[in-house]
Amino acid sequence: MAKKRPIALLSELASHKETFGGDMPLAPGHRMCIGCGIPPIVNEIILAINEPVIVSNATGCLEVTTGVYPVTAWNVPWIHVNFQSAATVIAGVETAYKVLKKKGVIPADKKIHFLAFGGDGGSYDIGFQALSATAERGHNVLYVCYNNEGYQNTGYQKSSATPIGAYTKTTPVGKAKVGKQEPRKDLTMIMAAHGVPYVAQASPHIFRDLTKKTKKAISMPGFKFINVLEPCTLSWRFSPEDTMRLAKLAVETRYWPVYEVINGKYWKVNIKPKKPKPIEEYIAAQPRWKHVLKYPEILEKIQKEVDEKWNLLLHLEEMSKKLAEDEGVDYEELFKVPED
Amino acid sequence: MAQTKVIALTGNQAAAEAMRQINFDVAAVYPISPQTELMGFFAEYVANGEVDTEMVAVDGEHSALATCIGAAAAGARTITASAGPGIAYMVENMYVASGMRIPMVLLDVNRALSAPLSIHCDHADSMLTRDTSWISIFSENAQEAYHNIIMSVKISEKAMFPIIVNYDGYIVSHSIEDVEILDDETVRNFVGPSDIHRIPYPLLDVDKPVTYGATAQPDYYTECKYQQHVDFLKVYDIVREVFDEFAEISGKKYDFIEEYKTEDAEYIGISMGSSFGTLKDAVDRLREQGKKVGAIKIRLYRPFPVKEIAQALSKAKGVVVLDRADSFDGIGGPLFKDIASALIASENRPYLHNFIYGLGGREIHEEEFMRAFERLERLEKGVDTRENFVEYLQVRE
Repeated sequence: MAKKRPIALLSELASHKETFGGDMPLAPGHRMCIGCGIPPIVNEIILAINEPVIVSNATGCLEVTTGVYPVTAWNVPWIHVNFQSAATVIAGVETAYKVLKKKGVIPADKKIHFLAFGGDGGSYDIGFQALSATAERGHNVLYVCYNNEGYQNTGYQKSSATPIGAYTKTTPVGKAKVGKQEPRKDLTMIMAAHGVPYVAQASPHIFRDLTKKTKKAISMPGFKFINVLEPCTLSWRFSPEDTMRLAKLAVETRYWPVYEVINGKYWKVNIKPKKPKPIEEYIAAQPRWKHVLKYPEILEKIQKEVDEKWNLLLHLEEMSKKLAEDEGVDYEELFKVPED
Repeated sequence: MAQTKVIALTGNQAAAEAMRQINFDVAAVYPISPQTELMGFFAEYVANGEVDTEMVAVDGEHSALATCIGAAAAGARTITASAGPGIAYMVENMYVASGMRIPMVLLDVNRALSAPLSIHCDHADSMLTRDTSWISIFSENAQEAYHNIIMSVKISEKAMFPIIVNYDGYIVSHSIEDVEILDDETVRNFVGPSDIHRIPYPLLDVDKPVTYGATAQPDYYTECKYQQHVDFLKVYDIVREVFDEFAEISGKKYDFIEEYKTEDAEYIGISMGSSFGTLKDAVDRLREQGKKVGAIKIRLYRPFPVKEIAQALSKAKGVVVLDRADSFDGIGGPLFKDIASALIASENRPYLHNFIYGLGGREIHEEEFMRAFERLERLEKGVDTRENFVEYLQVRE
């Protein structure tokens, strides 16, 4: 791990608007932790979209740090209602757009994209019902979950995205119980089961993949969902400069497969590590989780979950190719990203 | 004056008719009795293309209001409706809507809260919304519900606060009565066309990005709430203005409160919603017995018509407040506390008593209200004594 470096003064950073991206969709000057993975995710996604966007945000890290009255880091229209409503609120905005276009209030050629950002708490747990319902109704919306595997804004409590064995404030490591007892929920698979046009998993360290996925998503009408792993320096307790390294390890160990699903039935695994690293390497880099290295039975469960899910994805991919062939559909064409 | 026609409609049909005429941009709905029928009627208008409204059938009342907040902040004219537990489920987002100063309409087809479960009328649901900084108007019958909905759009948009129109579940929502309906053009001219710039900062104006729903730390939260506080007090004038404008098209002039035979009344009963007719009947019968009694109906419930109440009760010896919800707090029902507060600066404060009635759809009869007046008179004269300010009017022993 790298040595600690001195931090520039905010006033100094602010005086370099051009250099530091003051015209970015999410501008600098926000209050997110040093090394947080969320800002690059948000900017990678919005910058991949050429037309105007409107963003809705669930309560959480991204929300509390970017719109702090009387200032805002958002250079795009942005709304936050509460923890569980990010999907529903953007559905409301999109519905307004739809009807006002129909009524001629908004010009027919005015293209706007509708984005929602929620953490895993706001997507896997408290906002799950709203997310599922918005998907089911087919609103023309791209929902992005930045998944840091716990309630980080409130000081790290367990969510249903937290992996088995991990320490959180509500699943401490004690004599009777070692961290979280249950494996993580697979929200990406659940969203794919909705049969929506596009579902994907991505990692912020492969920004070209995330950009492509965003472009692909917005090219398809209807509801789209991208789940992005967001290693949390504060709660996972790694050094701030290692965020992307952690994301990379998650993919290289197959802990976080990077894949996409069209219409809930055509699956494609985008990155297949030739020599997958053992899960121990990923776990060892995270003090929140590394105690499980002392518990072979937990470690075994984790590796089993990872292997089984990986295997399932490969089978789904193979099956999709056969399915496409049966249906006379060009499998590769399905995943092509249209030109801008 | 506009063309009108009289049709036999239930409260829900009258409300659906107002919604059709206003031609809301977005309606978010989730079924709950006794509101379901209303949205069923409106869905027919949507299905038949009689309105341009996008109707979003959401996953719950919390989401219904969240959808409305998104749509209304975007710049759309927006409505939802609910009842009882559905209102309770919305309350978190009600504070959000008013805090963000987003105009929209919520129809509360008043219903009791569980437990025990009851789908029938009382005002417990609306009382949950007392402190949400939503404008709140009660309707006595289908006619008033119809008029209130039309006026509510304008009040809400002028005030930049969301508004609740209340009408009693089943008693109003499912009873047929004659309703005088304005012609479509008059209603549409009155509310004005769809336009995102009806609000100052629509999200859909993407060239001027705005931030809705920021966090405020202790250094600013109070100032945000103070602005809300100051502006909410301006609602009185706005409501009066819209009531006046509405009188011009409908010939019907509304006030914050409605008084009945209060001019020389020694004892006055106060209620809200559908029971006011029964209360007036009770007044008439007591008047026949030579009792100087009167009645007041609260139409504008939030902000509370403090001055009007103080004025209307300035000469009364005793006042009985009839609450269709209990507060369970050792003081009295919600309306009782409002009335008592309104009288705090009065020089000749009347004797106050409180009865809880009509819970969970319990029918109310004029004899019962007569009994309330009689108890009030005996208490005021010192014939009876009481242990509490609040008593139940209709309990089976």
